[in-house]
Parts: sequence; structure tokens; C-alpha cells
Amino acid sequence: MKERLRPAPETPRLIRPLLSSRVEAGFPSPADDHVERSLDLNEELITHPAATFFLRAGGRSMQGAGIHDGDLLVVDRSIPGESGTVVVAVVDGEFTVKRLTRTTRGMILAAEHPDYPPIPIDSETDVSIWGVVTWVLHQP
Amino acid sequence: MNRRVMPMYALADCNNFYASCERVFDPSLEGRPVVVLSNNDGCVIARSQEAKDLGVRMGEPIFKCRQRMKNDSLVIRSSNYTLYDDMSRRVVESIRAFIPDIEVYSIDEVFLNLEPLAGRDVDLICRRARRAVLQWTGIPISIGIGTTKTLAKLANRIAKKDPSAQGVHRLPTLESERIGPLAETAVEDVWGIGRRWAKRLHEIGIRSALDLAQAPPVEIRRGFNVVAMRTALELRGTPCQEVEDVEAVRKTLVRSRSFGSMITEWTDMSEAIASHATRAAEKLRSEGGHAGRISVFLRTNRFREDLPQYGRSGSRELQPATNTTPVIIAQALDLGRRLWRPGYHYKKAGVVLCELEFDDVQGSLFDQRDHERDTRLMTTLDRINRRMGAETVHPAAIGFKKRRRWSMRQSFRSPRYTTRWTDIPRTGP
Repeated sequence: MKERLRPAPETPRLIRPLLSSRVEAGFPSPADDHVERSLDLNEELITHPAATFFLRAGGRSMQGAGIHDGDLLVVDRSIPGESGTVVVAVVDGEFTVKRLTRTTRGMILAAEHPDYPPIPIDSETDVSIWGVVTWVLHQP
Repeated sequence: MNRRVMPMYALADCNNFYASCERVFDPSLEGRPVVVLSNNDGCVIARSQEAKDLGVRMGEPIFKCRQRMKNDSLVIRSSNYTLYDDMSRRVVESIRAFIPDIEVYSIDEVFLNLEPLAGRDVDLICRRARRAVLQWTGIPISIGIGTTKTLAKLANRIAKKDPSAQGVHRLPTLESERIGPLAETAVEDVWGIGRRWAKRLHEIGIRSALDLAQAPPVEIRRGFNVVAMRTALELRGTPCQEVEDVEAVRKTLVRSRSFGSMITEWTDMSEAIASHATRAAEKLRSEGGHAGRISVFLRTNRFREDLPQYGRSGSRELQPATNTTPVIIAQALDLGRRLWRPGYHYKKAGVVLCELEFDDVQGSLFDQRDHERDTRLMTTLDRINRRMGAETVHPAAIGFKKRRRWSMRQSFRSPRYTTRWTDIPRTGP
């Protein structure tokens, strides 16, 4: 059967302009000419909607990079993982967050916590890069 | 028809789409045989390549899968349409970044109009689109290119089967150069030729796509119908179908489902009908439509020949046309009550909204209802359910989840990774 999918509506935006003057009688507010849209966090955090996913960080291995247990990660799969970027990688079938780092011995997944040794990326390990972490949302 | 440029179509098709979606968020499934079950965990509706290689058949019932789960470490998933739908949308958006003129044909197939790209290297553009979809969404796709939609579909089969194609295959523009691939394609594998037609075509000596392409169109039309003739013409390279960018206006809206276990009580049936009515009304509102007619059906399990069989449907006018949940529930339940006969084991029920209108609805002179109030209430309801998750606020008529006997069986469903905050994937330490 022929089925049609329409693209889902855009990420909902706050469509409440800051109409400054609420009093209908009297003088218009001098700010009326300077009304702008409210800020939409999606615009700031998401560059490629089709390629962006949210993940929840687990564990302490990236504390040094400011990523704590339970933090929300914004992950963009369209960005190529380069040395120095924080990535979501798949190691032996499990997600992990680490910093992709080039060393003299090749690429490694480096933790930012002394208790976690780096994971080499070579023919002996089963590692792939899933996406690049572009933002970390942490509740203080 | 006077065309300056040659029409060119492509079909982008996701490989083993449902299984691929499951894999993106559960990488431990990589390389393992995975099957996805139909609603209610009845039978296999999708297989990963590994599951195909194991010999798992489409439609295989779940008890057979359970055996394989032990013997071959087959992974079983209930269907997670929330996830597949979101991933489908992402695939479409990704393709659109490369080829703007597209028609979403099904949840895992998209037709592309390549004509506007004339003069450019369409193979290269399709390869780039394919690579981007894989990287951005994790979903592997295959793209077939041809001068008609039917040829694009045929090329897609080749792209999937032939490893040297690396996921993209284009059929030659010259008819004489297409003889080989068409001769190698069985007529039953041609888009739009069902098993029944294939059988009759075989009887008159048409076995391959090439045979069909070379048969006199008039005879095909006489022996079958105009659709079959169009297919034959398309195989020759004469386009009979364009890429339809305009969204088809929906004519009916159906919400139905088989019950997790057969039901014998009206209370269970009424909850199921009310739930279908609720979801249908919600969908209708999201599309900005009103329904002028409603019908309800219910039936017993056809496959249980040992049990007495019963099935009936009934419909009535909705005047004025409406999309208000309480109105639709009331009408659906009243219809259902009339169709209901005790003493049967019911397997399925559904609600169909039809005579849909997407413009302003004409009011009725004798109508006492406060429609503005209805609209406000429904808007609020939809907003809450959208934000807090489906069925946060719901009519009491659909009952409470805990004691539902009629709801869908989904023992192996994966989380809604991309649409619920509580379900997003978690990384390891």
C-alpha cells in the first residue's frame, strides 16, 4: 500500500514574541520597534537536526572534560571525529564517551580521569566512532 | 511530449530498515542475526542480513524464532514504530540535502527526481547522499537509478545484490544496453507485478522483465489492466509516473489492531474502541482535518476455526464534521455497542474516520455544541500529551494501562531512543 510520510514539523519553537506594551490604551512602549523573537535553545545547540541525537553520560571517566554521570550529551554524527574531539565511540558493542587523541602510536580513546586507562584503536580492538559530542548539559 | 533533457529517477531504499534502526542504538547487535516482529509479536516482518542468511523467513511465527533464539542466538525485537518513524524522517531529510525533489514512497523508500540535476554527475551525487545518510543516521541505503521509476526500482535490486555496485547502481540510458539486466530479472521481481499476475504472465511465456518490456502493450492491457501496461512501458523506458511532490490528501484514517489476547467482555472491547477513536481523533487534529463519517468494525480470529466466527462493521454520519475526541468516542462506542454480540472471542477491532475535510467545516443550523470550547480543550490535551508523552491525559473510556487485556503484546520492544527523554541511550563508564 502506498503510504506517505510527511516530515515531522520542525522542532517546536517558542512563538511568543516579547510584545512589550500590554496596556492597550495609552502610549505605545518605546521598545515596540525593537521586538525580537524569544531565544530557542535548539537553534544554538543543534546545527544538523537529522544527524543530532541525545545521549545520557554514564560513569566518571570524562570528569576532567566536565562530563559527569547523568549529563545530557548533544551528539552530532555529521561531524567527522578528529583528534582532540570528544566522541561517542562503540567499544565491543557498548557506547562510551572519550576524547579521540592522536599519539605517536596511533589513535586512542583517552579518558579524563586517572582511574581509566586509554583504549587503543587498532586492529585488535573493536572500536568505531558513533558521533561527536558538541554540547554537554550539566545540572549543577 | 517534447523533452529537452532525459528524465531520470532514483529509488533510495533503506537496507533491512527496521533491523538497521535497532542496530544504530544497540551496537551490540552488529553482525548478529536480528528479526523484528509484527504488531502483537505475531510473526517476523523484518530481518537483518544475518537473519536472512540463517534462513529465517518473512512471516515466520514467533515460536519458531524462540527456538532459533536458543540455537542460533537470534535477536528478537518487537516493532518500535516510534523509533522507525523518527529515523525515517532523518533519512529523508539527509537525502533532501543532496537531492531536493523527492517523494517519500514508504517508511523506507524514497523516489528522487534527478532530472533537475541533468548535466551533473548523478552517480556521484547519489554516492555522496548514500554516504551521508549512513554517517548521519547510521542507516545503510541502496540507490537505483533509471529513466523511469520502474527501472529505478529494478536498478535498486541490483544495487542491493551486486557487491561491486557499492550501494548505487544505474541502468544504462540506451534500451539496447539494458537487455542484459532486464533478462536477468524475473518478472515477479518487477515493481507492481504481484504473485498472481506473475503466474499468469508465466503461462503466456513472459518470464523476465525483458519479456514484459518487449510484449505488445495493447495485449498486456487487454490481458491484465492499464497498470500492468504502464509497468511494461516503464520497463521500456517510457515514464508513466512522475515524482509526486504534492502531498496526497488523506481520504480515510484507520486505527485498528489485533488484541494481545482474544477478548470476550464488552468492557475490554469498549476500551479498545475508545482508544482507537482517541488516537484517530488525535491524528486527525494533527493534520488539521475533520471527519464527516465514522465506521467501526470488530471480528473474531479467522484462524481459530474451532471457535464460532463473527465479524461486522457499521458506519454513520458525523454532522457537523468533527475532530473532537469525546464526540468521536461517543459515536464509536454507540456503533460498537450495536455490533457487539456476546459469546464470541474477538481478535480485532478498529475505527475508521472518513469523508475527511481539510478546509473550514460548515456548521449545522441545529448544532448546540460549543465548538470553540471543544477546540480549546483538544488543543490543550494535544499539547500536554505531546510534551509529557502519549496518553498522559486520556479519556477514562479507554481504561487504565495496568488492567488492559486488549493492548498490544510487545515483549521485546526497544526503548524509544529518539523521542522520549527517559529512553535516550546511555553511555558506559
